[in-house]
Amino acid sequence: MELFINQVLAGIATGAIYACMALAVVMIYQAIDHLNFAQGEMAMFSTFIAWQLMQWGVPYWWAFLLTLAFAFAGGILIERLLFKPLAKAPVLTNVAGFIALFAIVNSVAGLVWDFTIKPFPTPFGSAPFLGSQLISTHQAGMIGVTVGLLILLYLFFQFTRIGLAMRAAASLPESARLVGINTSWMIALGWGMAAAIGSIAGILIAPVVFLEPNMMGGVLIYGFAAAVLGGLTSPLGAVVGGFLVGVFENLAGTYIPEIGNELKLPIALALIITVLVLKPAGLFGRPIVKRV
Amino acid sequence: MPFNQLRLGAFSAAVAMLAVTSSGALAQKKYDTGATDTEIKIGNIMPYSGPASAYGVIGKTEAAYFKKINAEGGINGRKINFISYDDAYSPPKTVEQARKLVESDEVLFVFNPLGTPPNSAIQKYLNSKKVPQLFVATGATKWNDPKDFPWTMGWQPNYQNESQIYAKYILKEKPNAKIAILYQNDDYGKDYVKGLKDGLGAKAATMIIAEESYETSQPTIDSNIVKLKSTNADVFFNVTTPKFAAQAIKKMHEIDRKPMHILNNVSASIGSVMKPAGFENGQGIISSAYLKDTSDPQWKNDAGMKAFDEFLTKYFPEGNRIDGSVMYGYTVAQGLVHVLKACGDNLTRENVMKQAASIKGLELGGLLPGIKVKTSATDFAPISAVQLIRFKGEAWERFGEIIEADVGG
Amino acid sequence: MSAVDEVANDAPPVEAVPKRAMTLGTGASLVMLALLIIGPMFVKNFIVFQLTMLLIYALAVLALNILTGGSGQFSLGQSAFYAVGAYTSAILMEHFGVNYVLTLPVAGLICFGFGFLFGQPALRLSGIYLALATFALAVAMPQLLKLGVFEHWTGGVQGLVVTKPDAPFGLPISQDRWLYYFTLTVAIGIYIASVNLLKSRSGRAFMAIRDNEIAASAMGVDVALYKTLAFGVSAGITGVAGGLGAIAVQFVAPDSYTINLAIALFLGMVVGGVGWLPGSIVGSAFIIFVPNIAEGISKGLSGAVFGVLLFLVIFLVPHGARQVAMVAQHMLGKLRKG
Repeated sequence: MELFINQVLAGIATGAIYACMALAVVMIYQAIDHLNFAQGEMAMFSTFIAWQLMQWGVPYWWAFLLTLAFAFAGGILIERLLFKPLAKAPVLTNVAGFIALFAIVNSVAGLVWDFTIKPFPTPFGSAPFLGSQLISTHQAGMIGVTVGLLILLYLFFQFTRIGLAMRAAASLPESARLVGINTSWMIALGWGMAAAIGSIAGILIAPVVFLEPNMMGGVLIYGFAAAVLGGLTSPLGAVVGGFLVGVFENLAGTYIPEIGNELKLPIALALIITVLVLKPAGLFGRPIVKRV
Repeated sequence: MPFNQLRLGAFSAAVAMLAVTSSGALAQKKYDTGATDTEIKIGNIMPYSGPASAYGVIGKTEAAYFKKINAEGGINGRKINFISYDDAYSPPKTVEQARKLVESDEVLFVFNPLGTPPNSAIQKYLNSKKVPQLFVATGATKWNDPKDFPWTMGWQPNYQNESQIYAKYILKEKPNAKIAILYQNDDYGKDYVKGLKDGLGAKAATMIIAEESYETSQPTIDSNIVKLKSTNADVFFNVTTPKFAAQAIKKMHEIDRKPMHILNNVSASIGSVMKPAGFENGQGIISSAYLKDTSDPQWKNDAGMKAFDEFLTKYFPEGNRIDGSVMYGYTVAQGLVHVLKACGDNLTRENVMKQAASIKGLELGGLLPGIKVKTSATDFAPISAVQLIRFKGEAWERFGEIIEADVGG
Repeated sequence: MSAVDEVANDAPPVEAVPKRAMTLGTGASLVMLALLIIGPMFVKNFIVFQLTMLLIYALAVLALNILTGGSGQFSLGQSAFYAVGAYTSAILMEHFGVNYVLTLPVAGLICFGFGFLFGQPALRLSGIYLALATFALAVAMPQLLKLGVFEHWTGGVQGLVVTKPDAPFGLPISQDRWLYYFTLTVAIGIYIASVNLLKSRSGRAFMAIRDNEIAASAMGVDVALYKTLAFGVSAGITGVAGGLGAIAVQFVAPDSYTINLAIALFLGMVVGGVGWLPGSIVGSAFIIFVPNIAEGISKGLSGAVFGVLLFLVIFLVPHGARQVAMVAQHMLGKLRKG
């Protein structure tokens, strides 16, 4: 029983990482209607910027804010320079563009900061949280930030004109244009916001997994899985999905004999796919109605 | 300065040996494809891109070292032409690159290709072509097999032997230990586990109470550690690569577990593991070493380390000196230069293998004092000695004898 | 929830390619064939080996093209089928001493079955969800191959070494050349079969599903059957390619068939032109040679150079080699008229 509780706790702690990343995934999906494979790498790069600023003596919170601004601007810049010209190209060509971006960002980070791991500071400390050694104050802080972000995103999409416009631009661009929404800039804005959320995710994840150019590779897979499980259109779903994946995976690794440990990730993914087969829009997603 | 004297002695011995071999070969120059009066062409394959790109720095260090050798006049008047290709750690690509090196670039031999799967993929090809696959960059045991693969030779101490040394240590210190293992689920991790089991012998089944594996795609290993925690093991054998090693060391401290912690040599680096993990978290960890740790203050005035730093400033300023791979690449390149010097003017593939297989106690600046490179016609494991180390303060403390591991695959 | 969200944007994931535009004209085909036959006679063995790999990856890209370009289903899991094919051939050859030629149909059949079965749950998924499901398959495959239970057969993490076949009947050509012509024969056979498949009733059904699934089912197309069939055929061809790959490389290991292979095959399809079968060989050339060019330009930044080159290609020709071929055809037509 103790093991069970511990694994659930550890799963929640790891799940916070996935949830955070999944929020960024949902953000970009809301803006461009598909997933960005380079998102993890962009988050990693922003985190390195934060690290570099701190190496130069910038205090944590200033570095945090500067990085956020950098990521936001960088996201918009990437969209304007690289993906706006591809707006008319087929979706699969865009996906190839994400893969190219992935390769570029990863390779440049490797050259600039090399591949040795770097410790990353946390503002929350790393003492045990509420007496549990399995969740540190950092991880608790991370859960707090994730929930905060979730609320902000929810408010943004539900109650601000710009949030609503962005959703309209992503799901029905033509109609959105007809009602006077500048869909092109909505997409750019979505990129900027997704990059900024990604940078927050990176900064929160780095103290746990250590900073290095391949830090986000695994995290992104789990982030995608979490977002898809929760339903790609729902920030709440993404966060719940993140925690579920974290817990799922730990329990599969612990309680399925023989193969559980070696096949943790495949089992977790298989479970998600089963959920999707039963509920194709994810746990919290809206069912998609198709028009002929 | 006993170290310096020792090295000086070894150096003059090497010069004497060189004089003998080169004067003998002076009469006629013999070349295979890839060697001429002015040049020696060497091939190399590294994962500059892809999942193992962290090791690409080894190839860059080697290229920089050969640049140094060339700037200082080359080897017996010949310049080294170092051709290094990227295989992204994908065996089919390794085969393509190896064939390109041998058949298109026509190198004399392939030097220090990295990784067990890539090397396994090209071993048969290179042996059938009789092209040396020299000093491969992997710690698998199978490279020391001169009978079946006379053209393949290893370099560093192999994982299984290292593990056996830990097993002996455990048997001596804690004969009733309950051992928990965390290992990477690939050839490297499984080699370590096998070595430990072999070393413990009949007691392995009772002593090892938990084996947990992780995949490199996992963001954290927290879950594995939690599971190991529940076993109440009193020895923790940590077979992980640097990032996961640092995570494990930190996590073990956070959950307040203090078993005897044995860390594999792969991650026994002060700069790239112990420091990021936090010095206070790593106290008392036991590992083994054969190279000098570049972050260890005890080597500050060491002649070998000074030479290394001079090389870095002059020829490889962009290299990160705390990265263990840089010291690795530097040392293996020195080993190769020794072999090529010994070849004299007889630069045939056969003679390269012959000279590589007759290194008698070579000392290199990056190796721990007392650890020497040794090979023979039946021993294709150049470095097979290690010394146990224990982490104290901010550095490793060597303890016990230099342990010569058992040779053989 | 606003009404705007409830109707999904129903643009098909793959634009419609008319079926005649999916192949090459007879003249162009013959020129290509002649090049493929005569070219390798005059080059080094190493180049012959590269060309063999070119054909093998072209087959795998072709298989993905049938699935995505033909039936509109997206897959990031092709590396899994490729791995199953490769291991089937390797295990049959090394453990059972089966002739390499015979291992290929077995690899194809096993993969067909595997793909067909995988197609069942995939039926309920589309777009991004299908991408995730296939992605999961690709991620899981190396871990399955490493599994201790299968170690006796697969060689576990160490992999299996495969013996390269000699030319039969005492033909005086090198192993590499023989394997090239053998691969070429298989590839041409599969190419012709694929072209005919897409022209057949089944092919029309695939394309109807691709262009509009609901309309297709209204017209009486058995959507479930044809979608799973497309998966099966695609997996089967990928399996044959995997088997050939194992024989050419002489080695199989879990590290050879990671998600990176699936991504490479996907890129090959995009560069070659989605839905344009002859483009497969162009896409294959891209994934084999462009990384070599990239590392020739810069070792430290080879990944970045590759990314930049990829961007250049998709900027210039967002529809891949198909676009180039179409422009060329257009210009030729003008010349003839003028």
